[in-house]
Amino acid sequence: MDISGVIDYLIGFTIMAIIYAIFALGLNVHWGFTGLFNIGIAGFFALGAYTAALLTSPPPDPDQFEDFIFGGDLANQGLLDLGVDAWFFLGLAAAAVVCGLVALIVGTITLRLNDDYLSIATLGIAESVRFFFLNEKWAANGSKGLYRIPKFLGDVVAPENYDYLYVVVALVILLILFAAVQRAVRSPWGRVLRAIREDEVATAASGKNVFHFKLQSFVFGAMIMGIGGALFAHHVRFLSPLTFDPLLATFVIWAMLMVGGSGNNLGAVLGAFVVWGVWAGTQFLPGVFSDPSFRLLMIGVLIVAIMLLRPGGLLGEWRRIVASRPASAAARDSTDPG
Amino acid sequence: MSLVSSRPQNFARTSRRYLRRIGLRMSPGRISALLAAGLLILGFLPFIKLGLVVNGLILGSVIALGAIGLTLVYGILKLGNFAHGDYMAFGAYVAFFIVDGVLPRVGIEGAGLGPFTFGFPVLIALPLSAMVVALGAIALDLLIYRRLRDRGASTAILMMASLGVAIAIRGLVQLIWTGNTQHYPRESRQVFHLPMDVRIPPDGMFVALVAVILVAGVYLLLTYTKMGKAMRATSDNPTLALVSGINTKQVVWWTWGIGGALAAIAGVLLAVVQAQLLPIMGWKFLIPLFAAVILGGIGNPYGALIGALVVGVSMELSTQWINPSYKPAVAFAIMIGVLLARPRGIFGDAQ
Amino acid sequence: MALLEASSVVAGYGETEILHGVSIAVNTGEIVTIIGPNGCGKSTLMKAIVGLVRIRAGSVHFRGVDISDQDPEQTVRSGLCYVPQTDNVFPSMTIRENLEIGAFVRRDDYQFRIDEMFELFPDLQRSARLKAGTLSGGQRQMLAIARALMLDPVLLLLDEPSAGLAPALVEGVFKRIRDINGTGVSILLVEQNARESLRISDRGYVLSGGVNQLQDTGPALLDSPEVGRVYLGG
Repeated sequence: MDISGVIDYLIGFTIMAIIYAIFALGLNVHWGFTGLFNIGIAGFFALGAYTAALLTSPPPDPDQFEDFIFGGDLANQGLLDLGVDAWFFLGLAAAAVVCGLVALIVGTITLRLNDDYLSIATLGIAESVRFFFLNEKWAANGSKGLYRIPKFLGDVVAPENYDYLYVVVALVILLILFAAVQRAVRSPWGRVLRAIREDEVATAASGKNVFHFKLQSFVFGAMIMGIGGALFAHHVRFLSPLTFDPLLATFVIWAMLMVGGSGNNLGAVLGAFVVWGVWAGTQFLPGVFSDPSFRLLMIGVLIVAIMLLRPGGLLGEWRRIVASRPASAAARDSTDPG
Repeated sequence: MSLVSSRPQNFARTSRRYLRRIGLRMSPGRISALLAAGLLILGFLPFIKLGLVVNGLILGSVIALGAIGLTLVYGILKLGNFAHGDYMAFGAYVAFFIVDGVLPRVGIEGAGLGPFTFGFPVLIALPLSAMVVALGAIALDLLIYRRLRDRGASTAILMMASLGVAIAIRGLVQLIWTGNTQHYPRESRQVFHLPMDVRIPPDGMFVALVAVILVAGVYLLLTYTKMGKAMRATSDNPTLALVSGINTKQVVWWTWGIGGALAAIAGVLLAVVQAQLLPIMGWKFLIPLFAAVILGGIGNPYGALIGALVVGVSMELSTQWINPSYKPAVAFAIMIGVLLARPRGIFGDAQ
Repeated sequence: MALLEASSVVAGYGETEILHGVSIAVNTGEIVTIIGPNGCGKSTLMKAIVGLVRIRAGSVHFRGVDISDQDPEQTVRSGLCYVPQTDNVFPSMTIRENLEIGAFVRRDDYQFRIDEMFELFPDLQRSARLKAGTLSGGQRQMLAIARALMLDPVLLLLDEPSAGLAPALVEGVFKRIRDINGTGVSILLVEQNARESLRISDRGYVLSGGVNQLQDTGPALLDSPEVGRVYLGG
């Protein structure tokens, strides 16, 4: 591999790391700041990606055996000719809105209940979204997938330079989202979220509508994930339901947040780069280390190890989820002072 | 005090008391809801294929074995175990290893035992795999969950750890047995033909029979043995169980042991019914499992049994109208419906 | 040495320390009451003795053995049984099963003991096959006490047995406690209902803010003007 090949590889790597960083930020809103247990990131990932892709792809070409009825083709509608490719941003916004709406519906049903239900529901969303795009060929060409997703500013930038442009676009969007999340969690609203995470009962007792705050946080995080999905769509420019495997679309993101330290936005971004770096780097290793199954095993072991050893994350321990208390503390906790 | 006399006076009262005893309390509202559901089913009867109901009951039996273990762990350890599906898959693969790699070396081979597609080796592998997974589940508790509990970790941390375990088990299974489809040695067999176009595969009858025996075993254990009562007591009120002198550590081991063994058997039976093994099979089964548990009320094994049958039958019946690959989504829809209408499950008690 | 001796017990939850060095003793055959305002640490003391709350300093001796920081399961085996104020039955189990769980560590045939409990609390026998969760407050409290008695304890710890009961039932509860004491069980009682409980007690302690404030015989505390003003509402 010559030097320009290395640089191209690094740019491609950086774009994926940035996209993952956006997911890690969204998950940080859910888990890190509010304590919402979302194990169906893949669902929002896929919804965001498909929304943006369907809105912007040209209509199906019968010669190419494409099988979907809807192609928004915003790119060629000329609806908003602002001199830039406005469709790209419309797609991002639509992805955020769709994910937000789904989060609103599911959150309304599950967030009033026991915390555990949300996690199971998010898993259900992820699987249902996957089944939908796999089975409903009319919607997005089934397992053959969408492969004519347009490039942002594709008319202006030469194909070989597309990644150079895109890494800047992705970085800018990451910075905007980072600033937004950072601002949100430092606002009074964010303080309530953290209060909920620390002690839901006490927060409710102080007159806050815990359900509304949780719902807002769930929707906010889901919208960020939707934007991440849309960015992903215009980067790889090929989507199939198989892209959104729980491993690469959910578990890896959890590992990123765990490594970075939940509740720490900078940590989430760093975690995304570190874990994606390890993930991408190990594929050059010989033997078992590049085996996807081995990496799957290691992701699982990593999550368990972090839970056992440093629940606050590797880079920044931002709170002590577990107090250093001796045996049967759990049983003692269930009894109130009296 | 005017309470129900201890003499059974008529069938309705006896059955009501029996249901109450196993945790399914019947209020007028609940009875009318069940009646309405029953009438709805009766009304649909001319339009549904009975064969699908039979398939649903077979699938429901497999779900039940997984869901009973899941709900016991959920009730006693307050842990929604995301690795439960992968315990199932692991059990199926351990049995595969025994059938494919161990037993042939000692000359035990074969398929097509009597009316069944599988052979005698699967019958040997079934209890062995159950033991392996039961011990594995206990070992994982000692290694991971017990340490977290002792530190007073929150439910979310425990569930997160179980997610890690789920991922790791799947990785391990893929690493050892590859991600390709495997199957137990099998010979194709005739299905039984019954009137009304009902066809029962003999394997399905085997699955249902095993499930009935195991569920009866769990019932006897929980109702009549000391450990079973201790498990129910711990599920009800852990602190009071502790000050009643119950060794809660032992209760935890038994819970994991039973849950793990049932999961392993469910996994083997699933592999028999589906005629294949895939590493992802357990993870994909999580939604039906949790749907059954939530339908029956968390911590209630008898509720989980009924929930599993309802989910199984609904999943199979749905294929009459919609694409069969939506079956897990049907389970998810049932779960969401239950959460909307009765968050504590159909048989759950208000706390 | 006293049957139960807690000396300078310090305990609390998480960051908060509730008991700052409390000492009490119960002699064989006594009924001892602990009274004090809400939040003074009465219940925490009970939990610390049983082993549900860790003791940070000080010690608890029962029958001469140091039981500080012993697992509750072990403490129960040595004959010290505890009835929490709330959540003191297994709601989804029948009354008979509740009693069986109470006898969990017994190795003999405890059926006779269940019969004795049914004699002591006839109401329970009539509803033996009902779930504990369906019982009324008074019956539930009886069941909770009966469950703790299944082990033939030497010492019974009762956390506010009269709390939440209709006034008409309160007298019955204290009568029962006296009956139980009459069979040779020593009793340590935590109560809001100070007047009734001191009346049946041999001795009493007044806790305040996590420390000992007063101690005397039951009648003396009842007559004490200070106690009367603060705790007896008169």
